[in-house]
Amino acid sequence: METEKNTRKLDRKDILGIKELSVEEINLILETADSFLEVSTREIKKVPTLRGKTVINLFYEASTRTRTSFEIAGKRLSADTVNITASTSSVVKGETLIDTARNLESMNPDIIVIRHSAAGAPHILARVLKQSIINAGDGAHEHPTQALLDMMTIKSKKGAIAGLKVAITGDIAHSRVARSNIHGLTKMGARVFLAGPATMMPYGMEKMGVTVAGRIEEAIEDADVVMALRIQTEREKQCIFPSLREYAAHFSLNKRNIGLARKDVMIMHPGPVNRGVEISPDLADSASSVILEQVTNGVAVRMALLYLLAGSGNA
Amino acid sequence: MENKKTVMDADGIDRSLTRMAYEILEKNKGVEELALVGIRSRGVFLAMRLQQKISSIEKKEVPLGILDITLYRDDLQSSHPRPLLGKTEIPFSIDGRKVVLVDDVLFTGRTIRAAMDALIDFGRPKMIQLAVLIDRGHRELPIRADFVGKSLPSSLWEAVSVHLTEKDLSDDVIVEIK
Repeated sequence: METEKNTRKLDRKDILGIKELSVEEINLILETADSFLEVSTREIKKVPTLRGKTVINLFYEASTRTRTSFEIAGKRLSADTVNITASTSSVVKGETLIDTARNLESMNPDIIVIRHSAAGAPHILARVLKQSIINAGDGAHEHPTQALLDMMTIKSKKGAIAGLKVAITGDIAHSRVARSNIHGLTKMGARVFLAGPATMMPYGMEKMGVTVAGRIEEAIEDADVVMALRIQTEREKQCIFPSLREYAAHFSLNKRNIGLARKDVMIMHPGPVNRGVEISPDLADSASSVILEQVTNGVAVRMALLYLLAGSGNA
Repeated sequence: MENKKTVMDADGIDRSLTRMAYEILEKNKGVEELALVGIRSRGVFLAMRLQQKISSIEKKEVPLGILDITLYRDDLQSSHPRPLLGKTEIPFSIDGRKVVLVDDVLFTGRTIRAAMDALIDFGRPKMIQLAVLIDRGHRELPIRADFVGKSLPSSLWEAVSVHLTEKDLSDDVIVEIK
């Protein structure tokens, strides 16, 4: 039985983080994404919905999954997508973020997707530009589309998010994926447990409504979902742990410690996976792993956001 | 003065659907290559009812699909916030099939235009036919229905609403002055 949904809408110009989204908005995005899944299974994977709209992917940081996912999402909706990678753009000539953005704005795009190493960069663009801005990851702050696709994957496997025990393990301090997921999962009613080396665990995480576990086993015990985070070697310039091997010995997900979780535990990872570091290879490829489903759902989530946002900036 | 009028009750709807089921079978000479595709949301329930009637007449199942036309609408440019998107489920190949699109009310014809565009993205049907419970006129596109429950000449300031128990409190068709 369908409920009356006429009042449900996403009435905002930008998607900057999960923090500012309501439960109703998250549910609307997840349900819309669920409807979009089918388009990617068709022989003709394209609908005419965003014909004549332009989406710019402005990536100041390396990315395969997220950038490709946004590009495919835009193309399946018939939008024109343009990718800008900082290393091949005027950024190397010293142009500032705002100057780049204003120049892009002059070409009249409808949506700008931005990834930047500085937290808050998407927020600056959202203030300066009339276009819709989607945050594709800003520093260690937020990565809202990743959290949305994670929540979509959990919801599709478990039916609901409320009441689940979710363990997030690894480098919490550097992880925008963790921050966005903590905002989202706690809003949706999950019990979130964090585990990681003390040097990667910021003080005061409890204020976000989560439990900080001393050992990884405590977080995993009876968990419905275990999410391993990537060790971000590119950000670990200062020595936060002695070696990858030592990290793996204490905090890697493996056959042994996953046995503490519920039988039907689902194992997630935002990618790219450092095999043998955050997660043992056999576990990453096991039947409990939903890592590739996360990627499939990622396209659907981004299609949903492009669909829901396009037009809001210029309206 | 009463500005709300019931033009069809539950029995009326049921009799019309029974006749339409026979007409669909007559025109297509049985259920061979036939498929029903209901347009969200009330077209889906009507298609299910037609499917039941056809199977009780012919003792054969006709495949049933569900189509959401939102992504093909011609008014999306101007509609913000966006209309809610429902799922499309066509679990069979439509290539070479005679597809009967089913909807509750035929009005401007724009929904049917969108539905035909959507359908053709799924393959190449041999034929597309249209079944509607109510045809209220005022077409804006060159589209007509093959099977009509009731032709209801209406004025533009009237609202025609179909209620079905799968979604609403009752089975009826109501005309109301806006």
